[in-house]
Amino acid sequence: MRYRLWRFGVFLAASVPPLYWLYCAAFNLLGPDPGKALVDNLGLGALILLLITLAMTPLQQLTRWGGWIAVRRQLGLWCFAYAALHLSGYVLFIAGLRLELVLRDLSERPYIIVGALAFVGLLMLAVTSNRFSIRRLGRKWKTLHRLVYIILLLALLHMLWVVRADLGEWLAYALMGGGLLLTRVSVVASGLQRAGALCRENPKKVEI
Amino acid sequence: MLIRVPPSSRALESEVTPESVYLSRRKLMQGSLALAAMTAMPGLASADTPGVYADVEPSKAPGWFQEKLAAARWQAITAEGESITPFKDATHYNNFYEFGTGKGDPAANAGKLQVEPWTVMVDGEVSKPGRYSIEDLVKPHAFEERIYRLRCVEAWSMVIPWLGFPLADLLKQVDPTSSARYVRFETLVDRERMPGQRSGFSLIDWPYVEGLRLDEAMHPLAFMAVGMYGRVLPNQNGAPLRLVVPWKYGFKSIKSIVRISLVEEAPKTTWERIAPNEYGFYANVNPQVDHPRWSQATERRLPSGLFSPNVIDTRMFNGYEEVADLYAGMDLARYY
Repeated sequence: MRYRLWRFGVFLAASVPPLYWLYCAAFNLLGPDPGKALVDNLGLGALILLLITLAMTPLQQLTRWGGWIAVRRQLGLWCFAYAALHLSGYVLFIAGLRLELVLRDLSERPYIIVGALAFVGLLMLAVTSNRFSIRRLGRKWKTLHRLVYIILLLALLHMLWVVRADLGEWLAYALMGGGLLLTRVSVVASGLQRAGALCRENPKKVEI
Repeated sequence: MLIRVPPSSRALESEVTPESVYLSRRKLMQGSLALAAMTAMPGLASADTPGVYADVEPSKAPGWFQEKLAAARWQAITAEGESITPFKDATHYNNFYEFGTGKGDPAANAGKLQVEPWTVMVDGEVSKPGRYSIEDLVKPHAFEERIYRLRCVEAWSMVIPWLGFPLADLLKQVDPTSSARYVRFETLVDRERMPGQRSGFSLIDWPYVEGLRLDEAMHPLAFMAVGMYGRVLPNQNGAPLRLVVPWKYGFKSIKSIVRISLVEEAPKTTWERIAPNEYGFYANVNPQVDHPRWSQATERRLPSGLFSPNVIDTRMFNGYEEVADLYAGMDLARYY
């Protein structure tokens, strides 16, 4: 397998935050509401991982380095794992395992509905991320995995609806997401590829 | 036969601290007061506040606070045997958007707030308007300690021992005229020391404004706090003067008050302006009326453990049902 060390490094980097938060929770470093803090951290972590996953393609176009694509699926799966923990944290810590509350939230609260939809989307992508599904689905696989753009928009909407009084942080993530979506426009994508080619041709010139 | 229904916040006989314990604590406090006075000789105006609660950070208290403390009526109201939130949690998990939107921001950023000297502008429909110093506002009133449940609109809650005096006493002091219907409160604006007010993306139009109907403000449970946990208020908790309205969501309990106006019309409060469909003027704690974005049926009583989440049912009026008369005949789903 190529990029073995690189893949392993990414695996380590992605697994550290949840372990660190768990450590903080165990030693009372997350404050008096550790469940809520954990749910918030995992949710934000899932969004950041989604943005990082989406950054792999433009980075590959720009640099032509295969390592970006080599970790793309892993990062996507990490995003799913964070989202799954975020969801279980909400059921456990916020709803206190009272399923009637969860069901009421699911039927009444737009931001919960949007979050749940994003999660269902991620789940679909996660279960079809194996080789077997790629072969089996053929062309449809690519169409299906374009869902990721809709998931990004749903996740941003989910976060926007939680904001109470200051849009600054949300705007930063929304701008990053918007920028990454822009790189999917064919003109921008070929521009990135040209820029990447230029860098490789005149490496010195760019360094200056 | 006379049937008497005691208010739910009234302590049961069994909950009353025995006199011997009470007296010994008083003795302890007097002792530490004397000790504090001795150790603080150079700065006569201020002295260390004695601690009655565990892990309370010592603080320098201004003279007007110190003078009142010795004669304070401790545990005038208790929270029916519920355990008190640790001081560290009550002071490091705060919403005070003037200092940032994160729960830790107020504790991190409020240190620079200048609370001395402090004046409060009293204006509008009062016969004694004027700019009052905090000393003058506090002087006529005896301190009481009240242990209140605090329910945040975000579905967490705490139990906090406040020190202060009834809001009604302060209002009587400034004497509202007959046309006064509402009380409007304002928090300090200080862009230099309050970083949240400098944020370019904040939806809040400073200063933070809150309000009560006059009869709500005159209710004996409505409280002006100048201290907590037996000491002066920490800045992040709204020093030097804040409101505590225990039957309403926490955001009604405005902090660091600089202006009190008696007005005829209901004031437009900060949260009403930002999201009127989510935050009404009344903001009474009500498990039957959900916030549009989350349920209010339950709350997390802090501290809540990770593996033992402390989720409890929310009570109507946060358990202070003696205020129900104030809202007789009102549809509380409409006037949320």
